Amino acid sequence: MSAAATTLVAAKPRGRVLGAVFMGYLLLSLAIGFALLLWLLVDIAATGLPYIDRALFLNDPSADPAIAGARPAILGTLYIGALLLVFTVPLGVGTAIYLEEYADKERWYNRLLELNIQNLAAVPSIVYGILGLAFLVRGLGLGRVLLAGAMILTLLVLPVVIIASREAIRAVSASIRQGAFALGATKWQVVWRQVLPAAAPGMATGSILALSRAIGETAPLLLVGALTYVAFNPSLLDQFTVLPIQIFQWTSRPQEEFKVLAAAAIIVLLAILLSLNAVAIWVRNRYQKRW
Amino acid sequence: MQAAAPRLRVHRRRWGEGVVKGALALCALVSIATTIGIVAALLEPSLEFFREVSLVDFFSGTDWAPLFEPARFGVLPLIVGTLSVTFWAVVVAVPFGLGAAIYLSEYARPGVRKALKPALEVLAGVPTVVYGYFALVTFTPFLRSLGLDVQIFNAFSAGVVMGIMIIPTVASISEDAMNAVPQSLRDGAYALGSNKLEVSVRIVVPAAISGIVASFVLGISRAVGETMIALLAAGQLAQLTFVPFEPVETMTAFIAATGIGDVPTGSIEYKTIFAVGLTLFVMTLAMNLFAIRLVRKYREVYE
Repeated sequence: MSAAATTLVAAKPRGRVLGAVFMGYLLLSLAIGFALLLWLLVDIAATGLPYIDRALFLNDPSADPAIAGARPAILGTLYIGALLLVFTVPLGVGTAIYLEEYADKERWYNRLLELNIQNLAAVPSIVYGILGLAFLVRGLGLGRVLLAGAMILTLLVLPVVIIASREAIRAVSASIRQGAFALGATKWQVVWRQVLPAAAPGMATGSILALSRAIGETAPLLLVGALTYVAFNPSLLDQFTVLPIQIFQWTSRPQEEFKVLAAAAIIVLLAILLSLNAVAIWVRNRYQKRW
Repeated sequence: MQAAAPRLRVHRRRWGEGVVKGALALCALVSIATTIGIVAALLEPSLEFFREVSLVDFFSGTDWAPLFEPARFGVLPLIVGTLSVTFWAVVVAVPFGLGAAIYLSEYARPGVRKALKPALEVLAGVPTVVYGYFALVTFTPFLRSLGLDVQIFNAFSAGVVMGIMIIPTVASISEDAMNAVPQSLRDGAYALGSNKLEVSVRIVVPAAISGIVASFVLGISRAVGETMIALLAAGQLAQLTFVPFEPVETMTAFIAATGIGDVPTGSIEYKTIFAVGLTLFVMTLAMNLFAIRLVRKYREVYE
């Protein structure tokens, strides 16, 4: 039987060429972001590094670039960061526990709550600034103070903390809860003594990452009046400024000398963010348990 | 034998349990209150604004000059400015974000993916004011050095840098959707003789399309709402133009630039912040809700 054996044709070269072109496109897609990031970092380091000096950390801002510093802005950023942790962690973790452990997901109001949080996470940050301007600065009459800035940033990053905390709670194995219930623990005892300790590293990581997002925010703080001349150390109910605002202000000046200062301030800001992220990664690797 | 069996006593309900639940629900209420607060904050001054300026004038006027005499309140230049910057951001973020997602989901080995994903997220973690600085101080002069006739402030630079920033948003949501596509679909296509390219483009991408579209919509929404890059690099000149190398003013940049000054409460200037803010909020809200729906859709289909 001389069957016409079906010849298996090797893949056409066209397919291989196309595959290589496609692969090139995929790699370019990844590389372009990293390339720009590298360009940005090298450029800023080359411009700003020579200007990282005592004056930058110790002096007040000034119209004279030779003596201008960012002390009030750096301290303002640190203050706001500390306040944010105090405000966002209890609220965010509380909401996450409610949604994961208590809420009946069939109820319309709990579904609405979930949709609401997802949407809030995508509301433009400047809109939070408008909220702060209308209610905190003008409505409540707080004025353009540090506390108003911290409160508005709290609302801004709260969805991020909630979403991260929910994931951490969800990762806690159900058998731990069931074991505790079987021993007669009440719901809150289960949450407080079993779920929370197990979820704490994940929550801490999420909160620190949210904090680093808030510290880099500029737009909402422009509206609560952080763009002012501040030549004193920050306090809760006083005018304030933060590093991103100081960077914005120096960048938008026409003189070259201020742009150089902006680059130096960017290095300080990035160093703060980098150390926060390093802490977050360390916490995750050191404490996270897996089931 | 009549042993004294230990009596199982029914505990009284612990009132503390209820208190805790109430306190937690109160935390959750904060986020509801935030939304109500945003809507209330935007609506009231906007309504007052539209008592003085008609809706038709606002949405069809081609001249935005709220501080001039006579003041003109046509929001079109701001909307066109926003769309112009967003357009360039999308031109960068959509193809490269999708490409990065396909690579991570279909081509990268698990170890490579585990290292690349957080590295890509770094792009989204850089503060926007830093990107704004880069667009204005480095990228625009670079374009000029190439011989392009660009203004110091222009929509193109702002848009391109913004697009790079948005790549991780598009990539991570698209990649999630592609990961949710069942392996059996891929295996079936391979069994029929497809190669990797065909599986990626003809099987995985169409199967994950609702998630991919959601990632595009969320990316657009982020570009529309981004303030600092637009404010620093695109300028503050409200002109009705789509020319990429000309300065434009976005809605966000207008809000920020006006809000910086200590505008008197109740003045028409003060109210413009809210009218433009409401327009921005409605636009992004529509996109976000649409994207959230799409994401739920693919989760329902595959999970």
